[in-house]
Amino acid sequence: MAATPKEPVQFRGAGPLNAPISGLLTWVDQRFPLMSLWRDHLSQYYAPKNFNFWYFFGSLAMLVLVIQIVTGIFLVMHYKPSAAEAFASVEYIMRDVPGGWFIRYMHSTGASAFFIVVYLHMFRGLMYGSYRQPRELIWIFGMLIYLCLMAEAFFGYLLPWGQMSFWGAQVIVNLFDALPVIGPDLSTWIRGDFVVSDATLNRFFAFHVIALPLVLLGLVAAHIMALHEVGSNNPDGVEIKKHKDEKGRPLDGIPFHPYYTVKDIVGVVVFLFLFFLVVFFMPEMGGYFLEFNNFIPADPLKTPPHIAPVWYFTPYYSILRAITEEFMLVLAIGVAAYVVLIWLTARDSRVKLAAAAIGLVVIVLMKGGPLALDAKVWGVVMMGAATLIFFLLPWLDRSPVKSIRYKGTLFRTALTVFVITFIVLGYYGVQVVTPVGTVISQIGTLLYFAFFLLMPWYSAMDKTKPEPDRVTM
Amino acid sequence: MSDKDTDQGKRQFLVAATTVAGGVAAGAAAVPFVASMMPSERAKAAGAPVEVDVSALAPGERITVEWRGKPVWVVRRTKEMLETIRANDANVADPESKKPMQPPYAANATRAIKDEFLVVVGICTHLGCSPVDKFAKQAEAFDPNWQGGFYCPCHGSLFDLAGRVYKNRPAPDNLVVPPHTYLSDTRILIGEDSKGA
Repeated sequence: MAATPKEPVQFRGAGPLNAPISGLLTWVDQRFPLMSLWRDHLSQYYAPKNFNFWYFFGSLAMLVLVIQIVTGIFLVMHYKPSAAEAFASVEYIMRDVPGGWFIRYMHSTGASAFFIVVYLHMFRGLMYGSYRQPRELIWIFGMLIYLCLMAEAFFGYLLPWGQMSFWGAQVIVNLFDALPVIGPDLSTWIRGDFVVSDATLNRFFAFHVIALPLVLLGLVAAHIMALHEVGSNNPDGVEIKKHKDEKGRPLDGIPFHPYYTVKDIVGVVVFLFLFFLVVFFMPEMGGYFLEFNNFIPADPLKTPPHIAPVWYFTPYYSILRAITEEFMLVLAIGVAAYVVLIWLTARDSRVKLAAAAIGLVVIVLMKGGPLALDAKVWGVVMMGAATLIFFLLPWLDRSPVKSIRYKGTLFRTALTVFVITFIVLGYYGVQVVTPVGTVISQIGTLLYFAFFLLMPWYSAMDKTKPEPDRVTM
Repeated sequence: MSDKDTDQGKRQFLVAATTVAGGVAAGAAAVPFVASMMPSERAKAAGAPVEVDVSALAPGERITVEWRGKPVWVVRRTKEMLETIRANDANVADPESKKPMQPPYAANATRAIKDEFLVVVGICTHLGCSPVDKFAKQAEAFDPNWQGGFYCPCHGSLFDLAGRVYKNRPAPDNLVVPPHTYLSDTRILIGEDSKGA
């Protein structure tokens, strides 16, 4: 089939090379959709004109991804994925490889920076309702990126083969051990041995440097393609595509390039200031970015006196630790109360029956004497549920408006409480277990899930303000 | 060929048959990949019993030996330590060792063949951390009435001096007593049951 001939590309600007550049672009464009990609995603992608501070973090996440991939490639040139040599090869990178310390500190700081940027990006989505219809798939792809990122961070953390690497991997792989029936075989399969060993290190290396980066890049592409298909949300949460000019361009939209490329460069400069401040002056960040115990080689016979995951996992880790045998009763009562709430408010009787049936099974598995699963299993289940529940957000929010600017007190309070809960859970996740800490983590766990599970009610009851017709600045 | 001549039933059958055959082939091809991640023959072979001499172990002290890549503790318990175990029945989840976390010959009050020597795998039954010694009977941050035992730094599980887990802690089970046997009064073989004893 003959391709439709395309218009010659006009390269605008002054200079003697205009004609050759135009010629080259025309040659390429007739063989590859160069100009249409450029137009669709940059020069004629119309983004709302009222983006604010919170809209820096998407492009910053891309920047950190690039930093991680580039520094990662250079680290792999010197790193040895073997239990006998891994720790020494990392120290070799730090001491003997020219500039090795710089590349490694960029990579380790990049890991934490990635999570800071992604958490702020997710918070932006929560504030402005970016997950709402028609952007559900953008949100789902984004959540898959987040899960992939957590796996990537977990696998990467084993590679230096320090004490925290080893015992962190030991704890997380043993989470699968808790699953009924298949658990023990599954965790042996993941480790490739009966303990975390050389085999485990080798496969985690393969996942960290090949498998997950490929998945991550694919998901990032899907995230952006879905975004550019429906168009960006904005701080007002109104659709700019409702009002278009005669050429079909949104009246409140401006081309991503040059307007937002220039704006994002400002964000990039500020970000890099802060990033290199950490890389050069506090790469360990007081033990939060690089834990002190990880400067001790892995010892399978001795757990460090206090182990905690890296900061970005600690809210979930707190939830895991909060689930004790006596807390199961509280959880079972919570499930029962939730079923009653659905029963009293749902209109469809099938929904009522389904909720009652599922609730009954869950309660039996929680407190049903011989049928009940261990608190250990529930800890793992609750931790998994805490990460996965974000996926449901597009269907939990029943508010008539998207943005927090027009939502009422109920939603604002709920979001504030949720953010505080997330931070408090994170704080207790790095602390030694104490009775008070456990009770606070348990309250935090309830509030965490309440934010999501009660959202269909409080978001619908909320007194919202009317949305404007057009975006405001 | 026009659509009228197409045998739609045959086409559907062939598409379904090809899909099924392809799916089976893809599933079968996945088997060696999944299997390659199981422990290798070398990893399986590295599980021989180990012998430990406890003659130099002072009362109230602990040594660690490696068995199948796991730490195995041998604690020489003093009289006072053994008394705390008896006094501790109300605090622990499985005081009579009913769950099969030990060979039958260690399912007794002190969870040991000889009261004096506790032999347990030093891996918390919660998520596999190695608990630390807190043998002294004194108030601790995690328990003001601490009787002495082991504390898991990862998730706060507590075990008494017989490796029995405290109630309402994340760990569900007592510490595992590995199969072991006494070759002489002071030599223990870890990894094998006694024969004919």
